[in-house]
Amino acid sequence: MNKLFAFLIAFFLLLSAVAVGLWAAGVFEPQEKASSSVILGVPQLGGSFTLVNQKGETVTDKSYRGKLMLIFFGYTNCPDVCPTEMQDIALTMQQLGDDAADVVPIFITVDPTRDTPEVMADFVSAFDPSLVGLSGTEKQIDDVKEKFRVYAEKVPGDDPNYYLVNHTSYTYLMGRDGKLITVFSYGTPPEKMAAKIREQL
Amino acid sequence: MKKLTFASALLLVLGVILNSGLSVTSAMAAEKDGIMVMDAWSRARPGGSMMGGAFATIENKSDHPDRLVSVSSPVADKVQIHESVMQGGVMKMLERDEIVLSAGQKVMLKPGSFHVMLMGLKKDLTKGVEFPLTFHFERAGDITVKVHVKDAGAMGGMGKMKMN
Repeated sequence: MNKLFAFLIAFFLLLSAVAVGLWAAGVFEPQEKASSSVILGVPQLGGSFTLVNQKGETVTDKSYRGKLMLIFFGYTNCPDVCPTEMQDIALTMQQLGDDAADVVPIFITVDPTRDTPEVMADFVSAFDPSLVGLSGTEKQIDDVKEKFRVYAEKVPGDDPNYYLVNHTSYTYLMGRDGKLITVFSYGTPPEKMAAKIREQL
Repeated sequence: MKKLTFASALLLVLGVILNSGLSVTSAMAAEKDGIMVMDAWSRARPGGSMMGGAFATIENKSDHPDRLVSVSSPVADKVQIHESVMQGGVMKMLERDEIVLSAGQKVMLKPGSFHVMLMGLKKDLTKGVEFPLTFHFERAGDITVKVHVKDAGAMGGMGKMKMN
């Protein structure tokens, strides 16, 4: 009886050792491997969001289904980079001509404290009538930033009111189904963006 | 007789154009001790915006190096010299203490590079507005220019500017 008991203990010890070994070798991670092969070179960016547009209406990613979305992040108090990006987006929309009707350019603020819907309305209207400016609560903005892997960091100045926000400056082209097609880096010429968008229409 | 009237009218028109051109130049450029500040412009900002940026071209036509050490303007609470720098996909605006101009050097303050940061705007920068901006140089002293507010997404380019 004692012998049998000792044998069972030894058997289970061996079994668990084998299990640990297999786990360390990565045998038990087939699901992750399978899902990563689905990405096919395109990072999984984007997803659902709930935000507030410049008219004060609550919108979600589904509000723009059926159209391509050209999404970029910034803040209205940014005097240099953001207006340049806005201008590039506005020029891209102009280049698209009639095809622009199939594209919604969306500017999402990384500074919801200062960028209320009213401020956003004033800012986006200066560039292109089709531009959508999205703001929201700090939590809503944090959520969409996380989904698009946007890094933004407040830079405190001598005066707490005059802070700047360092942020990643990519423009995301999303398909009619809301899934990512490609990412444009800062400074991509409007002609190039328009050409890439046309390929999707 | 008719020809003469036409010629004088032409001269008058020419004179007006030349004069207006000169007045534009004098408003947009200023020189002192070989340091020239020209084509100062800014972008229209949304109402209530606290921050703005100003751009200009600075040329050191003298034989000596000089340094831009600060900038000031009555339209802003605080004015700083900034430079936009891309670091690993993140756009950062860094404050600079000075811009050094060697003899004969020309530096353009432009989008994506050096710019004058206006913090705590006391005046709405709407398109068409003009405001004074004073550049303080170590050698040449103070040079004040008029800054012309352009479109919200203006990229500079005086050559493309429409002559009104």
